[in-house]
Amino acid sequence: MEFFWYVVLMGILAVYLVLDGYDFGAGIIHLFFADTEKDKKAITNAIGPFWDANEVWLIAAGGVLFFAFPTLYASSFSGFYLPLIMILWLLIFRAIGLEMRGQIHNHMWEAIWDKAFGIASLLLALFFGIALGNIVRGVNLGMVQNGVSTQEAHYFFLPLWNPTFSPQANELGIIDWFTLFLGIVSVVALTIHGANWIIYKTNSALNPKLKNVVFRLNFILLVLVFISLGIWHFIEPKPFHNFVENPILWFFPLMTFVGIAGLFKVRSFKKDGHGFLFSTLFLVGGFASTAVSIFPNVLPSTNKVNPSLTIYNTAAHEYGLNAGLSWFFIALFLVIIYFIIQYRVFSGKMDDIGYGEH
Amino acid sequence: MVKFVELHKQITIMEEMLFYDRMQFAFTITFHYLFPQLTMGLSLIIVYFKWKYLKTQDEQYNHATHFWMKIFALNFAMGVVTGIPMEFQFGTNWAKFSELTGGIIGQTLAMEGMFSFFLESSFLGLFLFGEKLLGHKWHFVTGLLIMIGSWASGFLIIATHSWMQNPVGYEILENGKFVLNNFQALFLNPWLWPSYLHNQAASLVTSSFVVAGIGAFYILSKKNVSFGKLFLKTGVIFGLISSIIVAVPTGDLAAKNVVKYQPVTFAAMEGIFHTEKKGSEIVLIGQPDVKDKKLDNKIAVPNILSFLTYGNWDQEIQGLDQFEEDLHPTNISGLYYAYHIMVGLGTVFIGLMVISLFQLIRGKLFETKWLLWSLMFMMPFPYIANTTGWYTAELGRQPWLVYNLMRTAAGASPTVSSGNTLFTLLGFIGLYLLLGMLFLLLVGKIINKGPHHVELSTEKI
Repeated sequence: MEFFWYVVLMGILAVYLVLDGYDFGAGIIHLFFADTEKDKKAITNAIGPFWDANEVWLIAAGGVLFFAFPTLYASSFSGFYLPLIMILWLLIFRAIGLEMRGQIHNHMWEAIWDKAFGIASLLLALFFGIALGNIVRGVNLGMVQNGVSTQEAHYFFLPLWNPTFSPQANELGIIDWFTLFLGIVSVVALTIHGANWIIYKTNSALNPKLKNVVFRLNFILLVLVFISLGIWHFIEPKPFHNFVENPILWFFPLMTFVGIAGLFKVRSFKKDGHGFLFSTLFLVGGFASTAVSIFPNVLPSTNKVNPSLTIYNTAAHEYGLNAGLSWFFIALFLVIIYFIIQYRVFSGKMDDIGYGEH
Repeated sequence: MVKFVELHKQITIMEEMLFYDRMQFAFTITFHYLFPQLTMGLSLIIVYFKWKYLKTQDEQYNHATHFWMKIFALNFAMGVVTGIPMEFQFGTNWAKFSELTGGIIGQTLAMEGMFSFFLESSFLGLFLFGEKLLGHKWHFVTGLLIMIGSWASGFLIIATHSWMQNPVGYEILENGKFVLNNFQALFLNPWLWPSYLHNQAASLVTSSFVVAGIGAFYILSKKNVSFGKLFLKTGVIFGLISSIIVAVPTGDLAAKNVVKYQPVTFAAMEGIFHTEKKGSEIVLIGQPDVKDKKLDNKIAVPNILSFLTYGNWDQEIQGLDQFEEDLHPTNISGLYYAYHIMVGLGTVFIGLMVISLFQLIRGKLFETKWLLWSLMFMMPFPYIANTTGWYTAELGRQPWLVYNLMRTAAGASPTVSSGNTLFTLLGFIGLYLLLGMLFLLLVGKIINKGPHHVELSTEKI
């Protein structure tokens, strides 16, 4: 039962990554590549009707984490206190940037909210990458000092950084060179993803330029992925043990590389949606590979005193997990119906649909 | 002596930590709930306008629908962005509580996400911009779905709240964890239904007063007068019905639950320090003096409270003196005021709406200036009543997180220092101040523009 809810949780997170990922990416494109008012309009049109629905997946993930793995929820949310609250602030800033901009037609007003939207998107992409880095690197569970826990075995607290910025220091911080590196990977990957979404959903004059951006960033992404494979063993000595035991899991890394390989053909795709498809493959493949690499751990311990948090030692009681099944399948069924309705209404290019402006 | 100083220091640090954790939750939830309390009730009124339009084909109703949809959309967006921090804060600031009870309250909170938020977010876009695409009938249906989503959200939140007030369907393991052993019990909790209906009726009070108040504003300012009359009429009718339902039966039943399950809270709410053998008076006004256990400047009516509570004039009601001091609510004065402000305002609402309906029936409502002014200035007060109502429930539950089972002090995050919490609290205050100003600016803009000019298909929300 723990495994089932783990798959559900990871599934919801992967959907969130793909969906809100393109929102962040579109924000980054908006910040760096949109010069004209028309470009900006095209970008906000492409994400306007979707972004808040996309954020619901984050709330759903939070809810499932809370109910299925309460100990993990409690431990990680209090331990990563500062970055999480900052993510909340950024999400709010991003939302008001997007929604406030068009309310008053004044170039100063618009400039402020453009920047709020763009910068918040950039920082969110960076923060989510850093968050992933923190989870694979692990934390000092129980806040062990000199071989003695100073807190209960599953609690910890991390400051934003420590002066050495090293992932192998005794006193860890949220931001070190390893997590920052994953943050940069995340920014590059989501920028590509966001550009692909804009190409897919609009007829913007920006699209040819974006295809070039995707093509170039994809080179950088490939290099970054190889470097990350090179440094992974610093934080996880046996990164491939799960893949060796279950070769079928190589599917996920393969998916990642198919995604990158496909994106090199971005300039010759027949259909505008193909780029988005390949960046989705990359994101889901990369995310799943990362999760598999540390499984069944969900938050590794960096000390020898306290055990890592796994899906088994953080899960809720059996009865609750079973009770959850009954409503979960009903809810899932409804969500799929909503999704089909939305997909049918919003299929095609946003600028072709005679659907209110956003 | 050294040991004592050390211990005292430890306690002070703990208390400071707890204080900021509580302040942050109180501040963010108070601000958040300003928005859902309008959208839940308003969705019903919007659906009503749309339904009237479908029935009568009178364009005015459709314009009214559009106008209130704009206000709704703005409030809804505010509710979403201030709502996400609520779900996070259980984990960030109340980690111990989340760890021990997450298997139960996580259940209802996860359901809220899966059932309400997906429904609302999927159809909100269609509802706001899809009228031409969908046609009027389906547009009405999307409105109805949005309403169902927001009311379901309220239900699941109050189911969570009710479990904390009156825990059911659980057992406690040796390691202190609360585990669920009866899923249905969460929804059959006797605390749940009166609280839920009380809350929803109160939400409708807020919305009705806002609709009526804006109507009064339009009439008084001689702008959009025909809409002003429609809003005022609708607001008064919904307002009277909901103000009555808030008091009887829902408020009455909710209070009786407090008497039954939390008698010490009831004593503090009503300001009863000493048990009266021959029936309790009802306190209308007075300032609690917790130290000397009495009320100053008291105005009270004898025996009424016993009658209201038990239907018996001479029934004894337990005063605070009947309970151990460490079971008393931690903030007796705050609880007492919150409750009295709520009840006082609720009474004023009923009175004002009765007079308004009377004038409406006589056909004189639109000319009765003093009443129009009163209705306009009354707009903020349902917000105060709703907020103090929630304070009554939450302060009344103290010093417990889970009533009688888990103390508030035991639920805070063990590793988050008070300095970090104060930092984020200050951040939230600053950010929400900005949000609040933007909100007022934009809502003012919409109201100033008026319903005639609203064209949803060409304008942004």
